[in-house]
Amino acid sequence: MSLDIKAIRSHFPIFQRETSDGVPLVYLDSTATSQKPLAVIEAMNNYYRRSNANIHRGVHTLAEEATALYEAAREKIARFINAPSARQVIYTRNTTESINLVAYTWARANLKAGDLVILTEMEHHSNLVPWHMLQAERGIELDFIPVTETGLLDLDAYQTLLARSPKLVSFTHMSNVLGTINPAAEIIRMAHEAGAVTLVDAAQSVPHLAVDVQALDADFLAFSAHKMCGPTGIGALYGKAELLESMPPFLGGGDMIKEVKLRSFRANSLPHKFEAGTPAIAEAVGFGAAVDYLASVGMDNVTAHEQDITEYALERLEEIPGVKVFGPSAQHKGGVAAFTLEGVHPHDVAQILDKDGIAVRAGHHCAQPLHEKFGIPATSRASFYLYNTKEEVDLLVNGIYKVKELFG
Amino acid sequence: MDDLYREVIIEHYKNPGYRGHLDPHNIFFADNNPLCGDHIEITIQINEDETVKDARFDGHGCAISQASADLLMEFIIGKPIEEVKQLNKQDILDMLGIDLGPVRLKCALLSLKVLKAGVYGLGEASDSLVE
Repeated sequence: MSLDIKAIRSHFPIFQRETSDGVPLVYLDSTATSQKPLAVIEAMNNYYRRSNANIHRGVHTLAEEATALYEAAREKIARFINAPSARQVIYTRNTTESINLVAYTWARANLKAGDLVILTEMEHHSNLVPWHMLQAERGIELDFIPVTETGLLDLDAYQTLLARSPKLVSFTHMSNVLGTINPAAEIIRMAHEAGAVTLVDAAQSVPHLAVDVQALDADFLAFSAHKMCGPTGIGALYGKAELLESMPPFLGGGDMIKEVKLRSFRANSLPHKFEAGTPAIAEAVGFGAAVDYLASVGMDNVTAHEQDITEYALERLEEIPGVKVFGPSAQHKGGVAAFTLEGVHPHDVAQILDKDGIAVRAGHHCAQPLHEKFGIPATSRASFYLYNTKEEVDLLVNGIYKVKELFG
Repeated sequence: MDDLYREVIIEHYKNPGYRGHLDPHNIFFADNNPLCGDHIEITIQINEDETVKDARFDGHGCAISQASADLLMEFIIGKPIEEVKQLNKQDILDMLGIDLGPVRLKCALLSLKVLKAGVYGLGEASDSLVE
């Protein structure tokens, strides 16, 4: 079934605006953050208009309502990724905090000097720096699954790395630059055979693919609401129950405790053990609404639509002389096209496109080591979501021709 | 098409007059824009009367950062060092002949930041030099 894009676009109020007089918005930056449908904006708005109260301890009507909404959203998110139970879904601020949560709790309780953590060369800084910090603090070792010329992970090299008995394999499900969709189930299966725990950075995959944490057999999986039609300021960490149970708490404070004495505390049960202080309640409600929205569209439809646009975009971009697109062919790739234009800096490309209302991102996209690997300081990146059209790809291509003309 | 890419900027980007490296030099300084990885380094020769004898920049980055570096080198040659120390954001914007938003302003001001850190003999280039 193909999506009714006109109907979908009408769900997003932002597409009614122009970037300047008579210039409509062509939003090709959903990999950085997605736009928000009215259903999400209204859910958060209604929460503040009708139900706002602090959660969990209150007994009054509003506190009950707020708590119910906050926890109902967790149930929705758990169903969306097929988690066995909502208590295995921890609210965080974003993917970065989810990964840090694992680094600060599970990793600090389980890793010692010399223990090996395997990452990949295509990681976002959020799945590099927490491990650099742990390396400096603990003397753990890091090694990396190499990226091939075509932008895929080298699984033979991975197999060789596994012989060194890593304690953790932490990798991105989908690269935010190359768009590569990594074979997560296989990577996890291989890690488990080697006795390693796995952490999946699913910031780019959960918004765009049907992700089933049980089918993947993921030990931890991290993602953010704002990249999947939800608000900023909230994300989630999924974990296997026995791991989450065994981990020490993360931040200390209210809500994460069962009992506090002057000199001691007992940690609360899951998921509250990891949620200290008043959380982002309205954002959780919005997160739940975003999941409802995507589920109503159908994730398989979202993926198929993006696949279609991406194939078309790669074809059109590659026909422009001087354009080089990075990453694998469309079949291994999500809706991302990072490219360079010979002789023109990516910032200039992005700036000139902006004059035509076309929003793309320029820079290293928080993946500096990956850019170094390909010998380029920066790329321009167009990314696609359920609301993008082939006509927008055509506008992008026309815009790039304009840039070429200007820099002639 | 638009002010930001005035012909003068494209021209200085594509055919810079002051790209290079002076050896010997009295002042050398280099810095990056951490947001986008743009890199600028400058070398300057100074006359006995404390005026700029010659100046060159090198590096890589967007048209705005490279063109403003070229314009700046052109501008300071022959000027007293004391005057160079007083250059500010507005001087760069006047040279470029455009107005810039906060993100691109960093690109435009990178060369001035590097230049001022160099002439003041500082260890590190800070944003406060160009505000």
